[in-house]
Amino acid sequence: MSTLALPVRRRTYIDVNYGIRSWLLTTDHKRIGILYLLSITLMFFVGGGAATIMRLELLSPSGALMDSETYNKLFTMHGVVMVWFFLIPSIPSVLGNFIVPLMLGARDLAFPRLNLLSWYIYVLGAAFTLWALIDGGVDTGWTFYTPFSTSASTTSVVTVAIGIFIVGFSSILTGLNFIVSIHHLRAPGLTWFRLPLFLWSMYATSIILVLATPVLGITLLLLAVERIARVGFFDPALGGDPLLFQNMFWFYSHPAVYIMILPGMGVVSEVIATFARKPVFGYTMVAMCSVAIAVLGFLVWGHHLFVAGISAHAALVFSILSYLVAIPSAIKVFNWTATLHRGAITLNTPLLYALGFIGLFTMGGLTGLYLASLGIDVQVHDTFFVVAHFHYIMVGGMVTGYMAGLHYWWPKITGRMYSEMWGRIAAMIIFIGFNLTFFPQYILGYMGMPRRYHIYPPDFQMLNVFSTAGASILAIGYVLPLIYLLASLRSGKVAGPNPWDATGLEWQTSSPPPKHNFQETPMVTGPPYDYERRVASR
Amino acid sequence: MSERVASGGGYVAVAVVLLVMTALNIGLAMIDLRGFNSVVSLLIAAVEVVLMAVYFMHLRWSAPMTRLVGLAALLWLSILMAGTLDDLLTRGWLPVPGK
Amino acid sequence: MTVHAHPAPHVLGEQYQSLEQQHATAEFGMWIFLATEVMLFGGLFIAYTVYRIVYPDGFAEGSRHLDLAIAAPNTAVLIVSSLTMALAVRTAQLGERRKTTWYLIATMVLGVVFMVLKGVEYYQHFLEGMVPGLAWTYAGPDANAVQLFFVAYFSMTGLHAIHLLIAIGIVCVCVLLARRGAYLPPERHTSLEMVGLYWHFVDMIWTVLLPLLYLFGFHP
Repeated sequence: MSTLALPVRRRTYIDVNYGIRSWLLTTDHKRIGILYLLSITLMFFVGGGAATIMRLELLSPSGALMDSETYNKLFTMHGVVMVWFFLIPSIPSVLGNFIVPLMLGARDLAFPRLNLLSWYIYVLGAAFTLWALIDGGVDTGWTFYTPFSTSASTTSVVTVAIGIFIVGFSSILTGLNFIVSIHHLRAPGLTWFRLPLFLWSMYATSIILVLATPVLGITLLLLAVERIARVGFFDPALGGDPLLFQNMFWFYSHPAVYIMILPGMGVVSEVIATFARKPVFGYTMVAMCSVAIAVLGFLVWGHHLFVAGISAHAALVFSILSYLVAIPSAIKVFNWTATLHRGAITLNTPLLYALGFIGLFTMGGLTGLYLASLGIDVQVHDTFFVVAHFHYIMVGGMVTGYMAGLHYWWPKITGRMYSEMWGRIAAMIIFIGFNLTFFPQYILGYMGMPRRYHIYPPDFQMLNVFSTAGASILAIGYVLPLIYLLASLRSGKVAGPNPWDATGLEWQTSSPPPKHNFQETPMVTGPPYDYERRVASR
Repeated sequence: MSERVASGGGYVAVAVVLLVMTALNIGLAMIDLRGFNSVVSLLIAAVEVVLMAVYFMHLRWSAPMTRLVGLAALLWLSILMAGTLDDLLTRGWLPVPGK
Repeated sequence: MTVHAHPAPHVLGEQYQSLEQQHATAEFGMWIFLATEVMLFGGLFIAYTVYRIVYPDGFAEGSRHLDLAIAAPNTAVLIVSSLTMALAVRTAQLGERRKTTWYLIATMVLGVVFMVLKGVEYYQHFLEGMVPGLAWTYAGPDANAVQLFFVAYFSMTGLHAIHLLIAIGIVCVCVLLARRGAYLPPERHTSLEMVGLYWHFVDMIWTVLLPLLYLFGFHP
């Protein structure tokens, strides 16, 4: 008894090698996920900064801080940066890249080098867009409607169009990688209906990424060509049709919102199962609904054109289909609620965010149904009602889902626990700030305040002041995680492989995982979320 | 690895068929087919595309999922086509002023 | 043709369990990428369809200004290039390095021939003043619609030409790799097969462009 066997600490993906080259030339999906995390966080604060200035401007009804031209540029850049450089890549490229191979029991994605390429493409696209921002901004709105964007606007439209065209390839490569990986790299025993619901969501998201993004690509390409050559399809002087642009643009941009929300829904499924310690109610239904949302989401784009001049027949068809697409989402909400029912609930930070998601997404989704109704849409189209609707879905839904996922998998990614107290405080601040910011906007829109206007009748000022007050609270809520999550890297408790005692293959390896994810290929022998069986076996 | 290798002669045969079909397409375009010219030429092109996919691109040996991918792309394209054309072709159908 | 129990080093990626899985994965991935290309070109097809429905006469007139005398041989050139590409992949599967190299060179040369002929065709349009935005002097009936046709024509054939140019570049790299024996032993042919899929796809697009752009003007 004279020697002591010291435990050997195995190397993780973080410290397997050092140096900036080993990170910038990595093909490890986990490191690529971190690279994306840094990039999209930067872009989030760029887009958020634009929003902050906009809300400050909207405190007063008569343009105190800036002229209309500047305001146009702010909401355009806010939209462009948030949609393409934060919302679309956030969960897929950060959490998806990190977690999908782990959940599959695989050593990496199917095409690791394409994965790294997708990040570089993202950075290049972001560089073009930020350059356009510095070069004076763009004033067309993130929707680039013609003929203003092709003929009348004098801003750097082509630069931004190129930036978005480029970043589209990043999306396509990511989606391609996920589809192929989920088909071909599942661990032994991991059949389709044993997949965690996060993977079903990522699969559905990837279908949209792959099929919709190229149409955006060609649309923006034609926009750029038309702007440069001064001839094209969308030019009314030639007999061209601006509606064609809108049809092609929204064919992508509507499914794009499902790209944004489906991953969030996947996260919510995981978080609720873990913190209610119950299998997700109606697993098969939830999985099928993910795919249904992806498919149906392609059939409804015309609802963005209701007042643009499309035929009444087309408007009717798209209206009915838009009602239909709400059904699978609603089914999911009921299933999550049923999962919570009689579960052993711990109100941890991720679950707080997930609960926020369910409530806020439902509100946003219901207001989407109002917008799908033709008569109401005539009243509220292009008002703040629409703005409130999509912010409830995008911020109340998607960003909240992203925060849930970030907190849920933070221990896996970093090996550290964050401060639960601060996590809960931030979640509550975000919830309160969010509702104070965006609920008044429903009322403003219904009362008639148009979107994209910074000069408005003085009657609307009170609600605008509430909204800005809420935005300042929301901003605090988003800065807090930046602080305490970073702090956890130094002083957080060491997490261990499975701090939540959750099911799923990602929790069967160390936190952080080793470079090749698993010491040996895991085998799956039962359904996901088998919490009841685990309880019974204790 | 066990993977099927086609015969070189087979590829040549397919190429010859494609060349003949292209010539046919061009030839038929010069004849007045009473309104069916477009349909016929696109049909011939479609057959050529299928031949290329099945023989040159080995779709006949591919997994069913791979073939489904090809079909899915065409299906999605037709969704875009259908929606856009629905608007274009039905303007004025319903008694709603201006639509 | 031959079954190898132990794949040569560096042939099997570490995330794969077997060569079959790696090949199936590569093929599946490449077809998904081709699906994205279908959607990319598809946007142009939609625009073309819309305007052909709205301006049938103008589009037919525009089509009659295209030169089938160049496009027809060009179509044959691409079909033969697909043949040589398929044969290149086949010889790689059989491990015949020299034949693979020659077939790839033939493919590349045929691709360049197509580009040259296309360039001649474009130059002709330029001389005739039928290039929208650059040199447009057509003033006949339905001038606007004819111009829209030419926007469609240049967009679709231009996008196709860009894809062909990229494909030629890739095949050029493949020639160098084949010479060096990068596709030996035969298990390593997969990446060449994927390049082949891309080449065939570019040919497919042209097969559809021919009737859409060149053939319908005679009897619309």
